[in-house]
Parts: sequence; C-alpha cells; structure tokens
Amino acid sequence: MAFIPDSEEQVTRYSRHILLPEVGGKGQKKIGQARVLIVGAGGLGSPAAFYLAAAGVGTIGLIDGDVVDLSNLQRQVIHQTADIGRPKVESARARILALNPNVAVETHYTRLTAENALDIIGRYDIVLDGVDNFPAKFLINDACFFAQKPLVHGGILRFDGRVFTILPGKSACYRCVFKQPPPPGLVASCQEAGVIGALAGIIGTIQATEVLKLILDRGRLLTDRLLDYDARLTRFREIKVSRNPKCPLCGDQPEITQLFEHEPEVCAVKTA
Amino acid sequence: MQVTINGKPEEVGGETILEILKAKDISPQMVAVELNSKILERDELAGTVVKNGDAIELLFFMGGGR
Ligand SMILES: [Zn+2]
Repeated sequence: MAFIPDSEEQVTRYSRHILLPEVGGKGQKKIGQARVLIVGAGGLGSPAAFYLAAAGVGTIGLIDGDVVDLSNLQRQVIHQTADIGRPKVESARARILALNPNVAVETHYTRLTAENALDIIGRYDIVLDGVDNFPAKFLINDACFFAQKPLVHGGILRFDGRVFTILPGKSACYRCVFKQPPPPGLVASCQEAGVIGALAGIIGTIQATEVLKLILDRGRLLTDRLLDYDARLTRFREIKVSRNPKCPLCGDQPEITQLFEHEPEVCAVKTA
Repeated sequence: MQVTINGKPEEVGGETILEILKAKDISPQMVAVELNSKILERDELAGTVVKNGDAIELLFFMGGGR
C-alpha cells in the first residue's frame, strides 16, 4: 500500500493531493490501494506511469514485450539513453521506484495476447491503453469488457491525439464506435507514421487524470464522448458517442463471445 | 446544402453520406461516421440522405500510443 496516513513522509509527499477536497486523506488512501495496469510502456505509458507513480498509486502493472530502442527516446520519456536494449518494463520500473519507492511495480515482459489478457487484466482495477497498433487496442477493449474493468483508451498519430474512457456494459466501448480495425495498410499507426513527441505527454497525462478520477470516483469521466486533440491548431474537440445496440461486443446481439486477435498490421518500417 | 462536418460548417455537393465521403476522397473503411450523434453502420452510408443543418462527424482511426 502506497499510503500510510500516519507516516509524516507520506502526508508531506501527498500534501497537495490531501489538500484537495476531492481527494483528502480518504482519497489518497484509495489511490494507495488501487491497482492500475498500463499496457505498453511507451509514449503514452511513460507519462501515465510517472504521474500515477507520483500520485501514489499502490500497484502499477506494466506489460510490454519490447526493449528500449534509440528511436523511442524522442517521446518515451520514462526511458533514458543508457536503457537502450533493456526491456521497457525494467527500465520503467527503475524510474518509477526512483520517483516513488512506495509504489509496488509488477512487470509483465510479454505482449498482451488473447491467451494471457484475461488473466493479467483480471488482477487489476483499471486498465490504461498505451499500445501502438489496432489489433492490440481492440484486444484490450474486448478483454476489459469480458473482465468488466474500466478502460482509459488513448491514441496518438502525427499531430492528433484522442482519449476515451470506457465503463464496460455501461458506456460506449471502442467497438461501439469503431467496429473493427481498418484494413492493414490503409491507416497508418505511429509505428510507421511519426508523431510529435510532446503530444504523447498531453494524451498520456489526460489518461492518468482519468485513472485518478476513476479511483476517486470524482468528477465527470470521459465516457460516452471522445476527446480529440489537434496539436496543429491547439484545439480540443469533444464528440458525443453512445452505446451502439449493433456493437459486435457489447450490443444486443453480440458476435464476439470470446477473445481473439485481429491480424497484425504489416509495417514497412518497424521502429516502435 | 450546408452541413457541419467535424464541427465546421461546410457546403457539400453529395446527397448521401457515401457521396460526401467519395467527394472528399475518403474510403468508408478509414472512418467511423456519426450523423447527428448516432454511429452509422457501413451498409447504411449509401442509403443515408443528408439534410440541411445535419451534423456529421468523421472519426478517423488513431492507432498510435508508443
Ligand atoms: Zn460496444
């Protein structure tokens, strides 16, 4: 547990949270008891992990099967130059613990798959999507539906970002809006398209804020609305969505009754 | 005909959603389309006639995260 209310160190560390009426000592205790899974220790996962760790989230799970690559460092700020070649989950764990040793970090040095998703996601309260490809985003959406876990979805591409919070069975899911991934090659993911690095920080920290609101049960979540950010124009836009009765996952006549993985995208350049 | 596309007023030539997408050179597989806050099925795009003042959202995929 990351928060012991009678510890002076803890009260001081989290004082700017405890001062908030929406948090207080009670809320900080909730944060300390929370278990959050971050899928992908990359562009979105980096800022999210930093802020959730700083906030005192009791347990942070990290799942990522990749090692740090030089091309990651333009935006994946939890990793450093000396980490190149090191598993991302290890590098991220070291940085989290350096920031806040009270956090328990659980690392899963593997890709999320249809086989392991329910087991891993089932161990956490809230899931944060920080993956870089469509098949994984759909898998996370489906797994969170079957496991009934709140999901904070995030996506970035070039100068555009999006955040969307999903309460499975209660609010619109990713498939309510996007039935299935685009055909391979038609839409670029940031693996092949490029992305402005600081955008990952903006979107990842909005995701972290949504996670804290979920833990605290305070404020109005980004459910049933997509928050789209255009960094070129410095403009946020909200798009209302709702549960789709024809959703293949959470609709009235679901076609998806178990986990599966969509075909992986064929990438010309693999730089993630 | 005047409609709103992604929050911006636009003059469009087409009658149906599919015609508007075609005029913009957007493949229907690349977007989710919302008309007046309701998601349209892909097979509804050709048969959905747009009226003056309609609000259309073209939601593009945003796949990155790493
Ligand atoms: Zn759904």
